[in-house]
Amino acid sequence: MEKVAIIGVGFTGARPDSPELSYKELMYEAAVKAYEDSNVDPRKEIGSFIGASEDFWDGVSIFDEYLPDQIGGALRPVCSICNEGLHALATGVMHIRAGIADIVAVEAHSKVSDVVNPEGIMHFALDPILDRTLDYNAHVMAGLEMNRYLHEACVTKEECAEVVVKNRANALLNPYAPYGAKLCIDDVLDSTPTYEPLSELDTSNLVDGACVIVLASEKVARNKRAPVWINGVGWCNDTPNVGLRDWGYPRYVRLAAEQAYADAGITNPYDEIDIAEVDDSYSYKELQHLEALRLVDTGEAAGFLCEGAFDINGELPVNASGGSLGMGNLLDTNGLVKTFEAVEQLRGMAGQRQVKEAESALVQSWRGVPTTSGAVMILGNEPSGGD
Amino acid sequence: MSKEYPGNPLNSKDFKKALKTKYVPTAEYAWSAGHAINRFLTGLKEGRILGIKCRSCERILVPPRAFCEECFISVDEWVELKDTGTVNTFAISYLDTMANRIKKPLLPAVIEIDGAGGNGFLHMLGEVDPKKIKIGMKVKAVWKPAKDRKGDITDIKYFKPARGGV
Amino acid sequence: MPRRVAMIGAGMTKFMRRANDTPKEMAFEASKMALDAAGLELKDIESVALGTAPDAFDGVHMKGEYLSDGAGSFLKPYTRSFVGGGTGVFTGAHGWWHIASGMFDTCLVVGEEKMSSAHPHPQGAFLTIFDNLIERNLGPNLVWIFALEMNRYMTKHNIKKEDIARVSVKNKGNALDHPCAQLGMKITVDDVLNSETLAWPVQRLDISPTSDGAAAFVLASEEVAKRVTDDPIWIEGVGWNVDTTIWTNRDLYYPKYVEYAARMPYKMAGIHNPPKDIDFAEPYDPFDYKELHHMEGLQLCRKGEAPILTREGVTARDGDLPTCPSGGALGVGNPIAATGVMKLCELYWQLRGEAGKRQIPKDLRTGVAQAWGDLMQVGTVVVMRR
Repeated sequence: MEKVAIIGVGFTGARPDSPELSYKELMYEAAVKAYEDSNVDPRKEIGSFIGASEDFWDGVSIFDEYLPDQIGGALRPVCSICNEGLHALATGVMHIRAGIADIVAVEAHSKVSDVVNPEGIMHFALDPILDRTLDYNAHVMAGLEMNRYLHEACVTKEECAEVVVKNRANALLNPYAPYGAKLCIDDVLDSTPTYEPLSELDTSNLVDGACVIVLASEKVARNKRAPVWINGVGWCNDTPNVGLRDWGYPRYVRLAAEQAYADAGITNPYDEIDIAEVDDSYSYKELQHLEALRLVDTGEAAGFLCEGAFDINGELPVNASGGSLGMGNLLDTNGLVKTFEAVEQLRGMAGQRQVKEAESALVQSWRGVPTTSGAVMILGNEPSGGD
Repeated sequence: MSKEYPGNPLNSKDFKKALKTKYVPTAEYAWSAGHAINRFLTGLKEGRILGIKCRSCERILVPPRAFCEECFISVDEWVELKDTGTVNTFAISYLDTMANRIKKPLLPAVIEIDGAGGNGFLHMLGEVDPKKIKIGMKVKAVWKPAKDRKGDITDIKYFKPARGGV
Repeated sequence: MPRRVAMIGAGMTKFMRRANDTPKEMAFEASKMALDAAGLELKDIESVALGTAPDAFDGVHMKGEYLSDGAGSFLKPYTRSFVGGGTGVFTGAHGWWHIASGMFDTCLVVGEEKMSSAHPHPQGAFLTIFDNLIERNLGPNLVWIFALEMNRYMTKHNIKKEDIARVSVKNKGNALDHPCAQLGMKITVDDVLNSETLAWPVQRLDISPTSDGAAAFVLASEEVAKRVTDDPIWIEGVGWNVDTTIWTNRDLYYPKYVEYAARMPYKMAGIHNPPKDIDFAEPYDPFDYKELHHMEGLQLCRKGEAPILTREGVTARDGDLPTCPSGGALGVGNPIAATGVMKLCELYWQLRGEAGKRQIPKDLRTGVAQAWGDLMQVGTVVVMRR
């Protein structure tokens, strides 16, 4: 299959609020940066524009209407994918491999500060007949899942708190991330219990931001400065039914990873991947995801973490960006923000948080409660992979 | 193809009897207007219609935006436009927003604002016999009194036929 | 070069005013029928593509996630595409790129909509398609945009309402032959012209109904298709296009975005002279004038010429260029995304000669389906060939 590369990235940075900008202006800023970075004229060279969005987060029915102008896509092939940003990137890869376009722009954004009651929107995602009338907050789903994961994998709340300490410290080194902090485990454990075993500091904060990634075919990418190759993509859903899903183990992440590894020709992920940016929208998720990604064996993530293997100067730096705990949670933009970080790292442009000799990266995302939808992407400075 | 097609329609009687779960979503928003629409709405409060000019394609953009979607560049050359224009198209609506039937029709129209090269926005017509509305008709804004204007599209009450007519 | 992609099975539910079935159940029923028709089981499916329109209709945020198990995506790669009313036909492209890219050999494609969940009326949901800052406070109604566009189209070409009403008469009549149709009926031009005026020039019988329903089909690579069927139908081209959000700065009399969307699949399928190279069409007809508007955008005739072709019977089922032989949205019903999928299923059944009483009485080789949506803004087009 044709190789596809990232030739440009643009990110506004994350902020708890952005009252001076409309969502269109926020998206425009990210798009301008990405097109500048890739040296592409969107009106002449881009053959397909893809946005990841959900109507109720944006407060409009049919967000596709409001997508084209600010990303340069008016009167061009534009479409919305109602999934995570990484699903949209995977869609872009398919567009290039299917010959639809040589250059594709992929966009996602969060203007969650425009939403007065995000909890109400999350609740609206629960099953209307079986779950919604039970009248619980959607975050409860994460509490249920964490409890089962701690039980199955023999992990403690203290170990989950270590994830928060690491990621918020990493965020101190990242100018795009608003939640940098020097914390200790007790700060996390002593924070207000929310949906036990979750505490306040175990949960990422919703923030604003927009991100645009430009993809290109091999032919185009070869003539661009510092292309980063997409060597594998995978995505998967488990069941939406809360009574049937596996609460301890995210099978969808495992299956998405297997698809991406097969695409990239990876057999031993821990040895073949230099850095990982995985979903950590709740602290325990980072550990659970690392195991489902087969980067470590089930039940072993916490041990590696406490030994420092996932630190910026460790053997497998995880969420050097600060992750969602340090960056904030940008809803379906998280996957693109993590991709942005991976590209900065692979290009050697990550400043104070630069990981030494990073040549390959794994990015993983999850759509958050109540979903069982995840995606995985493998990036490298050199193209690699199976057929 | 002779197949049994699935699906179980309900008639209105059975529909009333069928079990339902009712739910009213609480979806509330407070959208940031952003640079361009902020200034546009502020202009309306002052009784002025503002457009913005793209230095590249030289179009006058109204409603204004922070960037030209055609040239994909930032735009910032504000221009004050007249509060008169031409009816580009119109409808005579016997439905309100929630599709309830109404006797006195609403008169939505797209108004091309004078001096904006055919560009304009959605608004309402008033002080006019619906039968006499024509595409191409000249119209003028009727403003709310200054003290009632709050920086909203409804600061213009409606557009009425301009003196001199068609 | 993209790999060839074949449609190997199709299915749909009845289109209904109010369904007892839940959204998930309708998605399941259509999917199961499509799988059965293809002679496959869910385990043979490698990827799933869903199309469904606003979450506000079914009343679930992240509706794609909610519908996923009904659409057969349990432990499978799954995405949902959404381009407003254009979504249904767009799923033809959405499923196509899964296989054309070489990444999968099979894809189950599903469209679902349950509009009766919204109370008191889906209009409440339609309000939120308008601009949040400068349009919603005017209290707009969905019918307005159609009335505004229809008026502009009629005035520009000096088209009479009776010539537009003929589309409604034809499509509702065609739908009498469709076993899934919600609103097949024999009506006259006068019935349309005398029906209640909702927002002039739009009258009651100019409009498609709100509906519940689902439709689905199975796509496969050439290798798989040739193994499971002797009669695959090929998706020869796909295209889509979205114009600027600022619809009040466009001239609504002509859908340029449909033209641009059509040029993509025409190029892929080697279609140089659409009226000659295309045997029949399923243009999107949520309102009667839209079929005419879209025939022009699809280059099936010159601008302003579609009403004349309709008057002359060219677009009747036994005419030279039949349009909406299914009965279209006006007759079969309009569960938004499912409608577009139904149109793709109709191409499939017609091209295989399986359309029963609806079968077009001539040799068919090439058909085109099209849908439209957003703020009079998006065109989606798929060309299929025997």
